[in-house]
Amino acid sequence: MTNTAPTRTLVVERELPHSPEKVWHALTQSSLMEEWLMKNDFQPVVGHRFNFRATPVPNWNGVIDGEVLVVEPNSRLAYSWGSMGLESVVTWTLTPTKGGTHVRMEQSGFRAEEDANYKGARYGWTKFIGDLERVVGRLD
Amino acid sequence: MQAVTNDVFKALADPTRRAIFERLARDGEQTVHALTDRAGVSQPAVSKHLGILKHAKLVRDRREGRETHYSAQPQALAPMLDWMSLYGAFWRERFDQLENLLKRMDK
Repeated sequence: MTNTAPTRTLVVERELPHSPEKVWHALTQSSLMEEWLMKNDFQPVVGHRFNFRATPVPNWNGVIDGEVLVVEPNSRLAYSWGSMGLESVVTWTLTPTKGGTHVRMEQSGFRAEEDANYKGARYGWTKFIGDLERVVGRLD
Repeated sequence: MQAVTNDVFKALADPTRRAIFERLARDGEQTVHALTDRAGVSQPAVSKHLGILKHAKLVRDRREGRETHYSAQPQALAPMLDWMSLYGAFWRERFDQLENLLKRMDK
């Protein structure tokens, strides 16, 4: 995470006991993406514009706009992720390990100053994350 | 900040508490009685929920005569309204779902 840059970056990473090819498949095949991420019309083609569509909630229509930026099969994938004023980029990096794949998700572009404007909308978004019960289970 | 976020998340994780908080945020200050009439649960249960909301600083209480009046303190949501903490929770959950999917793909 960089604190000196004007934007902040979120990193979530995990080691998965599956081959990079298989993880790549799950990250880039529209029907598989729908199963773990969201409904979408994604295609792993640089320049392709697509949407993720979640169930709309109060104050949020559930649409995320994306454009594919990087496609390096089985190793790197990046797309823009725009929603409610947040202009970010999501980058996936797959690194083969002994037991499978190290998966790193980096979302960059969080600005410290984008603040009060979206609070109402963000509360709606909070509800979307909504399976709060499960999230909370992990906080303990 | 993380501890505060956890309290707020936990307080709002329960649908009944979320409904109580939303009602206070929408309709303004109300007594425990008024809240109980519409909450669909007993008064002790409503009081308990209010106690948890109060601990998370999501509501404030004010005693007037024999009644306690509660009001929402939406600014307590601020820690949750940070994009990074929201997306952090979001992606961790999605990683879990990705892992489940990959397991299923083996079959």
